Amino acid sequence: MRGDFLRHMPGADASLGKGKSFFYRLHIDPILLGLLLALVGFGLVILYSAGGERWAYVERQGIRFLAAFGVMFVVAQFEPSFYKRWSVVLFVLGVIALLGVMFFGVGAKGAQRWLQLPGLPRFQPSELMKLIVPMMAAWYLSSRYLPPSFRDVFVTLVLIFVPVLLIVQQPDLGTSILIASSGLFVILFAGISWKVVAGFGAIVASCLPVMWHFVMRDYQKQRVLTFLDPESDPLGAGWNIIQSKTAIGSGGTWGKGWLEGTQSQLNFLPESHTDFIIAVCAEEFGFVGVLALLGLYLMIVVRGLYIAVKAQDSYSRLLAGSLILTFFVYVFVNIGMVSGILPVVGVPLPLVSYGGTSVITLMAAFGVIMSIHTHRRFLSR
Amino acid sequence: MSDKPLTNTHIVMWRYYALLAILCLVVLTLMGRAVHLHIFEQSFLSHQGDVRSIRLERLDAHRGTISDRYGEPLAISAAVETIYANPTQVKLGDEEYAQLAAALGVNKRWLKRRLESNRDKQFVYLKRKAAPHEAQQALQLGFSGIYSRREYKRFYPAGEVASHIVGFSNIDEKGQEGIELAYDEWLTGREGKHRVLKNRAGQVIKDLGVVELAQSGNDISLSIDMRLQYLAYRELKAAVDIHRARAGSVVVLDIETGEVLAMVNQPSYNPNNRSNLNVSHLRNRAITDLFEPGSTMKLVTLASALESEKYALNSSVETSPGFLRLGGRSIRDHRDYGRLSLLEVIAKSSNVGTSKLALDLGPEALWDSFYALGLGQGTGIGFPGENIGQLPNPFNMQPVELAAMSYGYGLSTTALQLAQAYMVLGNGGLKPSLSLIKKESKEPVERVLPESVSNELLKAMRATVEKGGTGTRAQVPLYSVGGKTGTVHTVGRDGYNAEEYKALFAGVAPINDPKIATVVVIDAPAGAEYYGGEVAAPIFSRVVDGAMRILSVEPDKFSQLMHVNKVESSLAGGRG
Repeated sequence: MRGDFLRHMPGADASLGKGKSFFYRLHIDPILLGLLLALVGFGLVILYSAGGERWAYVERQGIRFLAAFGVMFVVAQFEPSFYKRWSVVLFVLGVIALLGVMFFGVGAKGAQRWLQLPGLPRFQPSELMKLIVPMMAAWYLSSRYLPPSFRDVFVTLVLIFVPVLLIVQQPDLGTSILIASSGLFVILFAGISWKVVAGFGAIVASCLPVMWHFVMRDYQKQRVLTFLDPESDPLGAGWNIIQSKTAIGSGGTWGKGWLEGTQSQLNFLPESHTDFIIAVCAEEFGFVGVLALLGLYLMIVVRGLYIAVKAQDSYSRLLAGSLILTFFVYVFVNIGMVSGILPVVGVPLPLVSYGGTSVITLMAAFGVIMSIHTHRRFLSR
Repeated sequence: MSDKPLTNTHIVMWRYYALLAILCLVVLTLMGRAVHLHIFEQSFLSHQGDVRSIRLERLDAHRGTISDRYGEPLAISAAVETIYANPTQVKLGDEEYAQLAAALGVNKRWLKRRLESNRDKQFVYLKRKAAPHEAQQALQLGFSGIYSRREYKRFYPAGEVASHIVGFSNIDEKGQEGIELAYDEWLTGREGKHRVLKNRAGQVIKDLGVVELAQSGNDISLSIDMRLQYLAYRELKAAVDIHRARAGSVVVLDIETGEVLAMVNQPSYNPNNRSNLNVSHLRNRAITDLFEPGSTMKLVTLASALESEKYALNSSVETSPGFLRLGGRSIRDHRDYGRLSLLEVIAKSSNVGTSKLALDLGPEALWDSFYALGLGQGTGIGFPGENIGQLPNPFNMQPVELAAMSYGYGLSTTALQLAQAYMVLGNGGLKPSLSLIKKESKEPVERVLPESVSNELLKAMRATVEKGGTGTRAQVPLYSVGGKTGTVHTVGRDGYNAEEYKALFAGVAPINDPKIATVVVIDAPAGAEYYGGEVAAPIFSRVVDGAMRILSVEPDKFSQLMHVNKVESSLAGGRG
């Protein structure tokens, strides 16, 4: 692989200082890795309780994490310029895959999100787009003069919203929000003026009624209505949110103790091991547990932003900043919906909720971030 | 540390700091929300959590067992499962209805209608008191909204043999008849409560402890001896069949203690299966049905005569010409017996003889004797639906009424009251209180007749069953018995029925030292035989014969005993 890069970037090797630590030679950021491992460890402890004390859940999730960390390690070995070069190809393939989902996709529960290609395991193209869309946006904008012109921003928006709309119609509101925000973060980092941001905000706000009537499905509308007043339908759509609020509140400051939560252990809490897993943490470890979890997330995000700030080219900076903020949006949307300040959209709690695909994409994103940080060139002082 | 490859780095940096600030703000929002829920709404939400999962469950109390005097169970409660559903939670397809119906052993259409027409309700019974294995089958299907609860079901091991005494309780274990009703409060336990943790499917996850213990009901030992009860029931049932009678009763009392050893009626019912029950079969006729005791009362008249000390057993009465005219009516004997001693008046059952005695004694003296023997008043047995009968008013009594009373007409009694009167006659004049409950200790006994009178009456009873008496068929091999026959017209809507009788026999055994008093009542025998001496006396004989052996009473008819001894010793010799 390295041979490839040498062709394009002669002397890259020379820039790597000989005194760099063991981790840097492995292209791993030890701080980020430590934080991720702590988060994953805590997550597995919660999962054991949330999954009804079934060891099988923890085991399967643990294996997934091993694979995901492997993916992260492999991804971190490639230079950022490699990703930059392949961004367009990946984007085009991704959009084709999304179109494929539209026509040949398979799915469950009324949503068509999976693609089954012969010879490949079943996969979810929208998950991959979480990585590819910010790459594409970063590629496009970093090749322009920054801050971007209005035309550049417009082109980027089109690039973002083609896949986003394809995902919205699957329907998968949670993922499309995450992907849209990851693209928008790139634009934001690229340095458009705040006036433009405000202008777009106004346009988006004025689009909401249009969305409501023409884009959103009934169940999505129902979720928003339920969010506004969960008690209006306590046995139906409001059930989830009422139960999760009850779980969180009844935890108190110190919690009921591990495996002692009544809401979660007695099946009152729906989706307790997937989207609503933080309610289990809140019930069993209390406010202190939530604080610890939020603290871990915050430290990861701060470290990611630090890496973005330290990035040496604008593609890397835009990409790292976008990926880490998208990660944060994940956390915010999930905790917001479980605690009842945001409507319920199907966003898992990153690296803690039980589930496969999102873990892999998230760790791949961290692999990209680590690659950005560990492939910097250091000129001798 | 690094160079600045981009010209606009400072702008971008500024953006990062702004973003970082926004980020912290957002995190603070989440924290604030957590603080709000965790700390300010904690007590409310914590209570909400408990409301969802903690329930108070009923602990059914075990109903007391009813047993006979030797502990043989007559009514016992066994643990069973009751299946119920919360129709709002039940969502079943056609196939699943079929499975559930099969597991419960009920009709599928019935089940579906029951669940779907009660869609808005939270509770319906699907099957009450199912056997535990049935309940398990239904619950193992794992359908939501189907639950079970431990309950108790009452079983009556003795079935129809003791049903009139024991009675039964309904599906909620409330006593409905008999002892089950009379002692309901005593038998019923007190429900307890325990706190449980339930999951969303309503299954109990954890028992959080008992709030209030269930208290089992108290047990009851009846005075009944089931060996005698079975014997009496078998003989009565056979006799009612043979004579094609409408009904019948047998009562056996322990003379010394007043305890009821056996009390059986025909027709009876099976308390374990009451699906097609004839309400008239529920009656414990021995206690609820009144009849005129007829000739069985002649002994009471004799007692009154002896007690007045104007007469002795060998005093004589002129019964010629076999009838007596009083107030335009005539009292008749079967034939002209001529001059009879009082003993013979009883043995031959002469209506004219007792009438003359009564007219001489006067109404008040006669009434006193009847009343002293417990006639016309409650027995104090405490059985629901007991009838106390009636004695005529002694004041202002016409001579014809007085004469009728002397041979048992114009008054009414139950079989139990009749047995009580004979118990006193056989007990040396002592009157222990009647009881259906086993007596644990001796109690003071009231004397209502002089012992000497009682001894004379035993002789009269004995004469009745001996050669020349009306009740010879009451005789028992190996044991000397005594008693009195009675045959009365039944009472219908238009007064006495000309062709319908009640055959009665009341007596005691063994006559030398009476242990039991026995009364047999056969209502409306349809065969050729209808006299008390023909219908009731043989039943008396068989019941007493068996009872004497069961109670291990020593045989006292020595001539026959010698005969048996001879047979036994010859057998023994043959063996040797």
